Amino acid sequence: MTSANNNMGRRSFLKAALLAGGGMILHFHWPADVKATGIKASDIAEESYELNSYIKIGKDGLVTLFNPNPEFGQNVKTSMPMILAEELDVAWEQVVVEQADFYPERYKRQFTGGSQSIRQGWSPLRTAGATARQMLILAAAARWNVPSDEITTQQGTLLHAKTGRKGTYAEFASAAAKIPVPENVKLKAVKDFRIVGTSKKNVELNNILTGKPLFGMDYKTEGMLIAMIVHPPAFGLQLKSLDDRIAKSMPGIKSIFVIDSLTGDIVQNFFDTTSFTRFAVVVGKSTWEVMQAKKALKLEWEAEPGRRFKMGNPGQPNAKTTEATYPAGLESSDVHRRQMEEFSKKPGNVLRKDGDPEGAFKIAARIIERTYTAPFLAHNTMEPVNCFAHVTSDSAILYGPLQAPEFTVGTLSQRLGLPKEKIQINLARMGGGFGRRAYGHHFIEAAAISKHLNAPIKLVYTREDEMTAGIYRPTYSATYRAALDKDNKLLALHVKAGGIPETPIHADRFPAGALDNYLAEGWQIPSNITIGAFRAPRSNFIAAAEQSFLDELAMEMKKDPIDFRLELLERAKTNPVGKRNDYDASRYAGVLKLVREKSNWDKKAPGIHRGVSAYFCHNSYVAQVVDLVVKNNEPKVQKVVAAIDCGIVVNRDAATNMAEGAIIDGIGNALYGELPFKDGVPQKNNFTTYRLIRMNEAPQQIEVHFVENEQDPTGMGEPPFPPTFGAVANALYQATGKRFYNQPFINQMTGG
Amino acid sequence: MATINLKINGKQHALDVDPSTPLLWVLREHLNLVGTKYGCGVAACGACVVHLDGEAVRSCVTKVKRAADKEVVTIEGLSEKGDHPLQQAWQQVDVPQCGYCQSGQIMSAAVLLREIPNPMDEEIDLAMAGNICRCGTYLRIRKAIHLAAGIQQETK
Repeated sequence: MTSANNNMGRRSFLKAALLAGGGMILHFHWPADVKATGIKASDIAEESYELNSYIKIGKDGLVTLFNPNPEFGQNVKTSMPMILAEELDVAWEQVVVEQADFYPERYKRQFTGGSQSIRQGWSPLRTAGATARQMLILAAAARWNVPSDEITTQQGTLLHAKTGRKGTYAEFASAAAKIPVPENVKLKAVKDFRIVGTSKKNVELNNILTGKPLFGMDYKTEGMLIAMIVHPPAFGLQLKSLDDRIAKSMPGIKSIFVIDSLTGDIVQNFFDTTSFTRFAVVVGKSTWEVMQAKKALKLEWEAEPGRRFKMGNPGQPNAKTTEATYPAGLESSDVHRRQMEEFSKKPGNVLRKDGDPEGAFKIAARIIERTYTAPFLAHNTMEPVNCFAHVTSDSAILYGPLQAPEFTVGTLSQRLGLPKEKIQINLARMGGGFGRRAYGHHFIEAAAISKHLNAPIKLVYTREDEMTAGIYRPTYSATYRAALDKDNKLLALHVKAGGIPETPIHADRFPAGALDNYLAEGWQIPSNITIGAFRAPRSNFIAAAEQSFLDELAMEMKKDPIDFRLELLERAKTNPVGKRNDYDASRYAGVLKLVREKSNWDKKAPGIHRGVSAYFCHNSYVAQVVDLVVKNNEPKVQKVVAAIDCGIVVNRDAATNMAEGAIIDGIGNALYGELPFKDGVPQKNNFTTYRLIRMNEAPQQIEVHFVENEQDPTGMGEPPFPPTFGAVANALYQATGKRFYNQPFINQMTGG
Repeated sequence: MATINLKINGKQHALDVDPSTPLLWVLREHLNLVGTKYGCGVAACGACVVHLDGEAVRSCVTKVKRAADKEVVTIEGLSEKGDHPLQQAWQQVDVPQCGYCQSGQIMSAAVLLREIPNPMDEEIDLAMAGNICRCGTYLRIRKAIHLAAGIQQETK
């Protein structure tokens, strides 16, 4: 057993309980909220005792576990409570899971993103479970008058072996709730885990399969109106005039107006990203009626002169405010391409330099140089942006899809002129996230509209609204150069990479540390096209470029691509260059070795075209081998074998599902994903033109293998995604004899 | 506005609604049957698939007047107890990630299984190509359809 320090003070629990009892916190859980056990929330015994923010035990023996983080498909609503249940030592069948509302005093971190939920939740959740267990033990020790360290637990039962005494958690829950929170608690040894490491089904499965209301889009309340916005059709335009004469008399329409979501005095934070802060709003009784009226608006647009705004982190001690700029102009992809070519040729900002790379390139017998590019990508979550808001003069309640409520509440507070404590954010299940919903602009828009109307509204984006006002994965370009001597020995590596508007370089990642002479340079070009998180945006591009380049380099050096990578990693492990290398070379090599074994890499089979790739990001290591065929000039991935080191796997089948999905997402975006721009206008606005991978393009088989170890768990949302791009490119080379440098690869297949 | 008679999941409804309103929005906003999802509005993603007289239709482009006096079945009415062979198979395979597209996937698969009780992979791919799953659960969907085909045969 290990021990953990308890940092969840009694005071915050009491404060939370008082708040809850004071009627300020409105919980609106769905009446049909069926949980792990299939038991409805409404069936839960009235009398239950809260042991801490995460755990409530009912008189009837049911254990309610609160999932702190918002769910968007990676199964945190199941996996995080599994960690609680493990340390609490209850049977999973006894457990009911509830989604916690946004409540930072109780849950601290409620951000689902950056593959951090499990990694950062691991210790607090274990501690919360173990603390509640210890309080039950102490309650039993007092009643039985025996030493607490003689009491053991077994799946919801307290036992005292010497006296043969036995009692359920339910019997002691009321007494345990009154016990002072112990300072230190013991945690289980990994070998004693009964729940963590197994596969537990999605607690919401039944609701999903029977069509129950789970999503923000499904929410409805008495008197609620539907609001839709009309944003400028191009980045770099703003609203000039609005003529609503026809629209306002259309059936069901209540109100049409122009509103600012982020007014000039607001100090924005990193997650307030939005292109359009002033837009037309149409409000009516039903979504369809509002959609029709929206089309009947006559709108004029004009060039936006560019704007400055304040950025900071208001509410934080010593928060600094800086000025940020949103540049003017109507941008196009062909101009972007030319700009990126120019920047690739100019010196960039040196991000890391080891040894004497310039000297090595001077004496090189051969220099190999390749440039890789990728376009902007849209997230295309299946559930379009939406948010319910009801703002009154002294409070606000919001419900909708949001990955990072902690970043949105401060801006809401400024926009509404309400203290944070008066703003209740409840977390809907999200129909996909992928980083898109880390940005809370739709909450601010919905709140502003509700405040303006003094009525409950649900803001709904159409698919077109969503795709054309996105927070996209940036477009990038990377140029790799390798210096080889006459014996094909690698003397130096140089990467120069940038993008619009950011560089994708992580200068201290592999292959930094494995090379005596290494140079990494970055550059960036400002843009008014909004960009943001997208399943590891920098990593998914730079992994594709780097892993394609290493593959080509291995061929040039006449080495097996896995051997070549392992040689570099061996160097980084035994005699690393530099001190800032932010990866563990042994674990990196571990996934490559595992994928080599599991894919039978060394046994070449005729007719099978294979590519390998490995990448480390967001704390986890993933290697993949892709088998691919080309039929009628269309590539089709047949099989993917993945090896993953994410430490302890909490929910095995759910983690496997995540990896399968990430790989399919990677194949889809590598082959088909692209959002071009012309004069500021996104050139695709729905799935008719934006090609997403479909069933007939998905592989026949994906095998996911986990490295077995006892390392604390790390992320799974992002890491299995970036390696896929390079593995696909390398397999395409094997299939066609051509290298694929520019995403999406399908354009090169069709000559586009 | 006109009164339209609809039979949805075996129940009769008389609704005052603009006959050109898509069935999707009538289901979701007039009848509170929100299992049928809005994804694209242009029949390109399959999140809104329902059965109209047994055929799979995209309710986002199906005017409600087309459904008048016909049988409409939505995910809520696919089975009484949520135990249609497809729902059982989806349970066993633990298919969903976010879950948003899954009712449309199941409704499309239900028509496939009626037409082809034991489909091959290629037949599944063809029949399901109209349903996007952005989370990428396609392999599990394929597996669950095969499993459902087995369950369906056993219960016959």
